[in-house]
Amino acid sequence: MSTSSGSPESWISSFCSLLGHEYFAEVSEEFIEDDFNLTGLQTQVAMYKEALEMILDVEPEDDDEDEEDEEEEDEDVSGDGHDGTALARDHHGERRHHSRIASDLSVIESSAEMLYGLIHQRFICSRTGIQLMSEKYELGHFGVCPRTNCNQTRTLPVGLSDIPGEDTVKLFCPSCLDVYVPPNSRFQTVDGAFFGRTFGALFLLTFPEYDLSKAGTETVTSLTRASPNDESGVMLNGVYTNNIAPGLGAGKIYEPRIYGFRVSELARSGPRMQWLRKKPTDITVLDEAKRFAEEHGGESEDDDESMNLNGQVAAATTSPSSQRRRVGGSNAKLRQQRQKQNGSPMAIETNGAESEL
Amino acid sequence: MDDFVSESDSEYASYWRDWFISSRGNEYFCEIDEDYLTDRFNLTGLNTEVQYYQYALDLVTDVFDLDCDDDMRETIEKSARHLYGLVHARYIVTTRGLAKMLDKYKKADFGKCPRVMCHSHPLLPMGLSDLPNMKPVKLYCARCEDIYNPKSSRHATIDGAYFGTSFHNIIFQVYPALIPAKSTERYVPRVYGFKVHAAAALVRWQNNQRDDMRRRLRKMEVDSGFKEGDDDIEGDEDDDLEEDEEIGIGEGGEAVVAGGVGGVAGHAGAIA
Repeated sequence: MSTSSGSPESWISSFCSLLGHEYFAEVSEEFIEDDFNLTGLQTQVAMYKEALEMILDVEPEDDDEDEEDEEEEDEDVSGDGHDGTALARDHHGERRHHSRIASDLSVIESSAEMLYGLIHQRFICSRTGIQLMSEKYELGHFGVCPRTNCNQTRTLPVGLSDIPGEDTVKLFCPSCLDVYVPPNSRFQTVDGAFFGRTFGALFLLTFPEYDLSKAGTETVTSLTRASPNDESGVMLNGVYTNNIAPGLGAGKIYEPRIYGFRVSELARSGPRMQWLRKKPTDITVLDEAKRFAEEHGGESEDDDESMNLNGQVAAATTSPSSQRRRVGGSNAKLRQQRQKQNGSPMAIETNGAESEL
Repeated sequence: MDDFVSESDSEYASYWRDWFISSRGNEYFCEIDEDYLTDRFNLTGLNTEVQYYQYALDLVTDVFDLDCDDDMRETIEKSARHLYGLVHARYIVTTRGLAKMLDKYKKADFGKCPRVMCHSHPLLPMGLSDLPNMKPVKLYCARCEDIYNPKSSRHATIDGAYFGTSFHNIIFQVYPALIPAKSTERYVPRVYGFKVHAAAALVRWQNNQRDDMRRRLRKMEVDSGFKEGDDDIEGDEDDDLEEDEEIGIGEGGEAVVAGGVGGVAGHAGAIA
């Protein structure tokens, strides 16, 4: 729907206020006006130019104002390098006139929605976009996880594909690292590609300090600010340990029972999926690089760094050219060391069976 | 089923129960047989749990004829619903109760699993406690073996004790053919196609746990119940190796593409 005259509401804000569009952030006009952000979308959207005009509200709402629109069009045409001969203009005007037929308007409308969705996918991964989404996250606009043991933690809208038309929007729960179908059926018409595969995980990397275990009804708190000396500030694998799937692990796994007795794993109907909700009791087990270094400390033949088990690396001996990037902390040093040991992707094995391969 | 027909035929016989199970919010309940309700043995101990027990029972069995004011009527009505729920928990683990609940399960009357990878598998109602007034009803998915909160608030207030902690497990013991095939399919968070290191490390650890379990089961010659295609533990190696670039955030806050550390599950499998 194009904005009616007199209404101050833009196409974008009216689109975002539609029922079922609660997950959308309002893409800033500056973002859309930057052609770089639209690279490649021309080929994905029918009637691209008209759709873009509709989104930006540069289109007049009546047929009567066609002339005004034509002038605008002409500028664009000459800008494209065509010479503005009368013939070309007439031809153009004719086509333009046809495009104003009501049935075409609905085509443009759906094109505009598609285009907006695809721009939205890119926008929410940009700095301003992800900031806007974080505000919506804090307000709980994306709903909560349906899993009982996740205790109503806030979820994030994600797509399972970046290509439109493949699947609808899903909700990613950072507490159990799983995806769920939104509870309300009105979201089943929203394309998942309008949010994309990247946003959910990128959000957590961008805002590592949200306390992910907080329920949607509680206000969001920051992990480290509240307690700087507490162990909640410990990081592992690039995230705070408290934020590694807080909804999983001992006590958060459903144990099937019959009259109080646990159902054995050996029963045919016994539990088979508990691994999906498991988490090591000692979270440092997940620091694979450190574990690898501890187990392979003295053995590696091409280990040209002098290193002890505390993760202290004598950085002076390493040649700068062989390092990808210097990052502080023993964790990163170990990772670097690992990269040096073997340039190609390699497997890490608990018992060290890989080292000789 | 036979008893369904005979009950609906005897017009007024199950008036209260008919009304109860067809009223909004009570979609999870099945109808308890008259025979079951009138057998005192099945109601053992409930007289101390339910206020105005005898009146409530009369109301449920449609023999209530006490002349009383509206407040009293309302109290008894509430007691009757409570009584019905408590008897329901016992009834649904009987052969006939299981069959009725099975019908409802097949029609997905209890809703479908919200987890995307469960592909709308039907749910079963369950309680986290057998004692009343402790926890509201939850929904159990036999495919992911996890429990979920009901979508609708009108179901979220039903007492979990009206279904009990055992029913949803008993039904799969009685009807083992209903046990759904388990799947290793799962969601892996990615940023521009790269796995996120923290999540991927956890996934690898979990996959190891799963493979350990499957090896344990194989040793005991128990069917692990995973889908045909997933049966090959070694097969997981390929998945891991294909997509073994990850993104992580170093302590300095910079994105670091860590060298892949895939293949844990696969190699562990090869050793066994």
